[in-house]
Amino acid sequence: MSLDAEQVKKIAHLARIEINEADIPGYAETLSSILDLVDQMSAVNTDNVEPMAHPMDASQRLREDVVTESNNRDNFQTVAPKTEDGLYLVPQVIE
Amino acid sequence: MYHNKTLAELSAMLQAKEVSSVELTQYFLDRIKDKDGEINSFITVTEEQALAQAKAADERIAAGNAEALTGVPFAQKDIFCTEGVRSSCGSKMLDNFDSPYDATVVTKLKEAGAVMLGKTNMDEFAMGSSNETSFYGAVKNPWDLNKVPGGSSGGSAAAVAARLTPAATGTDTGGSIRQPASLCNLTGLKPTYGRVSRFGMIAFASSLDQAGPMARTAEDCALLMNAIAGFDEKDSTSIEKDVPDYTTDLNKSIKGLKIGLPKEFFGEGLDPEVAKSVEAAIEQYKAMGAEIVDISLPNSGLSVPVYYVVAPAECSSNLSRMDGVRFGHRCEEPKDLEDLYKRSRGEGFGEEVKRRILIGTYALSAGYYDAYYIKAQKLRRLISDDFKKAFEQCDVIMGPTSPNVAFNAGEKTDDPVSMYLSDIYTIAVNLAGLPGMSIPAGFAHDMPVGLQVIGNYFEESHLLNVAHAYQQETNWHDQCPKGFE
Repeated sequence: MSLDAEQVKKIAHLARIEINEADIPGYAETLSSILDLVDQMSAVNTDNVEPMAHPMDASQRLREDVVTESNNRDNFQTVAPKTEDGLYLVPQVIE
Repeated sequence: MYHNKTLAELSAMLQAKEVSSVELTQYFLDRIKDKDGEINSFITVTEEQALAQAKAADERIAAGNAEALTGVPFAQKDIFCTEGVRSSCGSKMLDNFDSPYDATVVTKLKEAGAVMLGKTNMDEFAMGSSNETSFYGAVKNPWDLNKVPGGSSGGSAAAVAARLTPAATGTDTGGSIRQPASLCNLTGLKPTYGRVSRFGMIAFASSLDQAGPMARTAEDCALLMNAIAGFDEKDSTSIEKDVPDYTTDLNKSIKGLKIGLPKEFFGEGLDPEVAKSVEAAIEQYKAMGAEIVDISLPNSGLSVPVYYVVAPAECSSNLSRMDGVRFGHRCEEPKDLEDLYKRSRGEGFGEEVKRRILIGTYALSAGYYDAYYIKAQKLRRLISDDFKKAFEQCDVIMGPTSPNVAFNAGEKTDDPVSMYLSDIYTIAVNLAGLPGMSIPAGFAHDMPVGLQVIGNYFEESHLLNVAHAYQQETNWHDQCPKGFE
């Protein structure tokens, strides 16, 4: 399965990762070879097989809808790049 | 001296007050200073904190309320969040991240009184089989400094093999405890999925990741498992099941043990010298009274393709939290939000991580989700069912952990797919969620060979017993690399 430069750019955009123009052919090549590896999957018929998302088919544990956590914002924001009044700062999002 | 003692021996010495934890800790810290330059196994050494923990441990021992691990030094893979200490996951993205909280594995080891020497090097975000993708530089194999230690828990493996620490934690998503254990002559255990909490363990592939011990002996692994295993409310995939004392069954007889040998694990691609060592190990088990059963895992050949859809897909989702907004690397002077995301992530992630995020994003994207992700999940069920059928005929499954011994640094870095094939025997075990170990089984081309032992769900005690029995009859696990005696 071969990917071209346009597809690589599109995937990079979906993943929100910047890739230099110069590096795109290299990525296209390695991603294509990985997809060749992955295409081996088509060799086996999986009609009527249930997908397996969890090794033991366990389902999500639930709990009572009560407050169990305390406010740790100050502690967690000690590692933030930019904050103000307890908010995380980013370049302007809304006009 | 102390570095040749096992964790169990050091524990006994501490309890008998033959040595203090402060003395022991200082000893290993000095040894790390002296020798880690050669192998680069540590990212962060926590000298002050370790000595403080050691002092507290000595007080507990004096007061008579010590546990088996109280005062024993060990190392944490840098994938575990450690409060107030850098938790980098081997990445530039988290180089500035001093975690505001402790992972559950970290908390449990603290409560047991174990002393953390530092955080070990690893492949970036746990993606790799050679510890060559770390932002902090490659780790060298103490058995041959030109060769890789395996990955992603390469730092933990090298540190234990070089006797810079008696034991270390690792994590295993596709083989990242077992393969480096194999390449460095260690005993490593990946528990059943859900046995050990993933809270605070930086996520790579949520349905595959599992933390486990790496040490020189099965007994040492059992002692670590006693401390780290167990249900955790904070991990929604943690299984509610009692934790046995993993040391209780170590010395049980293994006469009559039925060992399944999958023909698929002994075929093409396996180094003939590695095969010889593994076959000799199996003969040893026969001499100890085990029976061999020929089995087949017919879909196991698809493990690598399936894994390279499932794991990247899950990682693309997990790593989307690294966005430069709340923690981690942020690019300089972002123009707008999109630029902030794209450049922070482009700068913060290394090549292999970016590759896997891109593959995962593609596999999950509209139009491809069914052909790739759902298809892989269906094959995952077939692979898992093969094991269920096999365990009707045998008690444990054995084979080589890795198709080769440690390879030269740089040998596989240009060809990602050839690197991925290092995990050909280990990956299926993660897909099925089963527990698996690697134990030292000899040498080929003068480098260590590991025997993989796979058990049924929650049979860690049994696996440790099977491993321990072999270690009573052989001394591969006692061998030490030249220069580190």
